[in-house]
Amino acid sequence: MKILKNKYLILRRFIQLGLLALFILPSADFILKGNLSSSLLFNSISLSDPFAYLQIFLATFTLNVGLFISAFLVFIIYALFLGRAFCSFVCPVNLITNLADFIKQNTSFKSSKLTNFKQNTRYFILFSILILCLIANEPVFEKYSHIGIITRGIIFMQTSAIFVAIIIFLLDLFVQRNLVCSHLCPLGAFYSLISKFAMLKVSYDLNKCTKCMKCKMICPEAQVLSLITKYSGNVSNSECIKCARCIEVCDDDALNFNLINFLKGKK
Amino acid sequence: MRRQFFTNTIKILAVGVGTFSIFKLNDTPKSESKIELKKSFFLRPPGVVSEKHFLANCIRCAKCVKACPYNTLSLAKIGEFASLGTPKFSANEIPCYLCDDLPCIKACPTDALDKSIDKISLVNIGRAIVDESSCVAHFGIQCDACYRACPFIDKALKLEYKRNERTKKHAMLVPKVDYDYCVGCGLCEKVCITKKPAIVILPTSFILGERNDNYVKGWVSGDDERLKHIDTSKKHDEKKAINYLNDGEF
Repeated sequence: MKILKNKYLILRRFIQLGLLALFILPSADFILKGNLSSSLLFNSISLSDPFAYLQIFLATFTLNVGLFISAFLVFIIYALFLGRAFCSFVCPVNLITNLADFIKQNTSFKSSKLTNFKQNTRYFILFSILILCLIANEPVFEKYSHIGIITRGIIFMQTSAIFVAIIIFLLDLFVQRNLVCSHLCPLGAFYSLISKFAMLKVSYDLNKCTKCMKCKMICPEAQVLSLITKYSGNVSNSECIKCARCIEVCDDDALNFNLINFLKGKK
Repeated sequence: MRRQFFTNTIKILAVGVGTFSIFKLNDTPKSESKIELKKSFFLRPPGVVSEKHFLANCIRCAKCVKACPYNTLSLAKIGEFASLGTPKFSANEIPCYLCDDLPCIKACPTDALDKSIDKISLVNIGRAIVDESSCVAHFGIQCDACYRACPFIDKALKLEYKRNERTKKHAMLVPKVDYDYCVGCGLCEKVCITKKPAIVILPTSFILGERNDNYVKGWVSGDDERLKHIDTSKKHDEKKAINYLNDGEF
């Protein structure tokens, strides 16, 4: 019963680890080759990180049609359908920060908070990176990206990536809750900007809610659940990472995934 | 208050130690030359036009690394000289075998590896230089390992006949690199028999100059075509000398 309750969590871990396994295994190269920056699906469909493409475009001002199409494909998938699901379903850093959060929720580290970064710090970082790309003529974030370091570290067994993973873990555990993913990461900020009109939304039903606030406790981006206890509707804030933890912890079935269009048809 | 201060201090220390452990990272080196190689330079995969253009375009996807059938390429790690996550190789470990179809360039999704390079003779990885003091061919010993290994044999690497002045009767066959043909694959460095390779690949920018293109090579057929439409008429002003005297400069 408990397994069924955590079905989204299991699905997420399965996708996260499965993707990494496909990248690692040479025998699975015909399915997926490359890494999260750019990969080749079934040896024919090229997929690229739209944020990396944007940086390269700003750095070089040349239009590479093949790269543009491959980045646009990913852009469309997230902008129209999945929203910020990249952060919760694909990004391997999510494994580390969730572990830190899990430890924090279950031990006495709960109250600790050394810094006071606001959620919109990441947007400042995002735009300063884009400006830096123009100045330095280099994809600046790709150069130092913690996501890139961790993914490459796992795929190519680079031991030095362990230290970066430890730093991310320590920052999340000791400095501020969800510091890396929901306060600093510019890639997450990019995805939340583009997924303003994504169709996959979490819907909330006020009538079923018993106001236990478990969802707000578990949510890594608690500001998106501002509608809890106020009114029924969809979580419209695009910063929601669609991790579905709120759906799983809710004992009242008040929260659910809903494609926004289906809901419109019902009404 | 005091307890909170101590816990905060310990937390900051933990994060600080974690951060600075990165700067202490260094793999245990296999040989002395490898340390130098790591610290000073690295070789880029074929297809790189210039380092600046490469860094602006590389998406760090490692497709070229996976495409290489010889596992030549590796990604730069933390603490290495090359920019983090970019492909590089060192010729004395695994050289570039210059596949005819250049799979690494084909695999690259961006312009980082130049798609217009479709022949191995256009590749520009680096250039070989010979250290004459350690090359045994310069001692008079017959060694042509690098010459035999070169994919552009008798073009990029030639054997030069030289009289052995010490014995006064033997010939020496010494390797000589022609930089118009050498692409810097590193096969010569890999096979070199000396303790530390006497022939080494260096990035092009390290050693090569660049000549102006106004020089005509008479020995290259067709090069004097460039002289056909050149304006050779002299612009001579007969009154220049008189004007010079009359303009009152004296």
